[in-house]
Amino acid sequence: MLSDTWIYLLAHSAQFANALAVHVALSAAALAIASAIAIPAGIAAARRPAFALAAVSTANIGRTLPSLAVLALAMPLLGTGFAPSLFALTLLALPPLLINTVAGLRGVDPDIVDAARGMGMTARTILRQVELPLAMPVIFAGLRTAAVQVISGAVLAAFIGGGGLGDFITAGIAMMAWPQILVGAIPVTLLSLGTDFAFGRLQRRLTPAGLRAS
Amino acid sequence: MNWLIRNWDQVAVALGQHINISLTALAISFAIALPIGIWAARNPRVYAISIGVAGFLYTIPTLAFLALLIPIAGLGRTNAIIAMVAFALLALIRNVATGLREVPAEVIDAARGMGMSARQLLWRVELPLALPVIVAGLRIAAVTIISVTVVGAYINAGGLGTLIFNGIAGDHAPKIWAGALTACALAVAVDGAFAYAERRLQRYRAA
Repeated sequence: MLSDTWIYLLAHSAQFANALAVHVALSAAALAIASAIAIPAGIAAARRPAFALAAVSTANIGRTLPSLAVLALAMPLLGTGFAPSLFALTLLALPPLLINTVAGLRGVDPDIVDAARGMGMTARTILRQVELPLAMPVIFAGLRTAAVQVISGAVLAAFIGGGGLGDFITAGIAMMAWPQILVGAIPVTLLSLGTDFAFGRLQRRLTPAGLRAS
Repeated sequence: MNWLIRNWDQVAVALGQHINISLTALAISFAIALPIGIWAARNPRVYAISIGVAGFLYTIPTLAFLALLIPIAGLGRTNAIIAMVAFALLALIRNVATGLREVPAEVIDAARGMGMSARQLLWRVELPLALPVIVAGLRIAAVTIISVTVVGAYINAGGLGTLIFNGIAGDHAPKIWAGALTACALAVAVDGAFAYAERRLQRYRAA
């Protein structure tokens, strides 16, 4: 069975390379846009308790929404293709990033911030040199969660014409063509596991030495 | 909206199926996760292994998982339920184990001093005290399962995803709206209900 999959892959290598590229581009773009929105918003929200509560509550509702429902809703609103998929996946990536940015910053020990202020640091320097480095492991954990969710969501983008590796899986299921299913399912699983692993490694790297557990 | 009013019975049937499948999966995954979680709370090695395996399963993209199960479970409800159980295990095992570990040692000592057996200790002291954390795990698991159920419709498991896929296939927007919004509402409602239960239990424990 695996050899059939290999033969199918070799016969469709251009199509596969294209689907993989679309999958990675879709996931990476959604993650980048969501980070560019959610991390600054989280930093702004963390300073205002009432705002932070509202932002986190909204994000918590957003987090419960089924991925496929969000992608499907993009279709009647924005049509089919790459852009509507990117929009929906960006929405899906926002909640974990926002929640973790707020939680990470609010988790910084106020005594440390006080000490930094006592040393004469400005609010901007405190944010850059004290708060953000200390909050980094938590923010990165949010990024990792969002990345896995987006890669999984990007498979479902195939349903609204977003392309990606989901195309092989849906076409394979429709025709009950096992090699075709595997050509989509195995690489996308490896992509997800690999991303999770790599982000886990990076997360440990980015943790300030004094905070590392071991 | 008009479509929803004219076809509410169709939506109600799909919603009923959705709830039915999700509840079945939640019950099965809890029945598997509870003993593993209890064991993991007492044994760090078991914890590391079970969380490692459950974390691995959780990372596999939903549609890929459903597709990979086809040769074993075929198309349909069984396949979807196996996938849901696999995705729910991480939150359930982790929270059962964490909840049990957080029970204060003095409380356990006191119960032992009163002559409770290990079994009584577990059922009358440890599990009741761990309940808020366990319910928090059930909350995450339930939301995950509802989300997977939507995708499960693609392999003929039924539920609200059926409306979405029929709507996409027929380019019929009202059907997509009805299926997707009902699924979102279900997820938000279930999440809210579990959050409420969690808070009530915490207050009960604090009193």
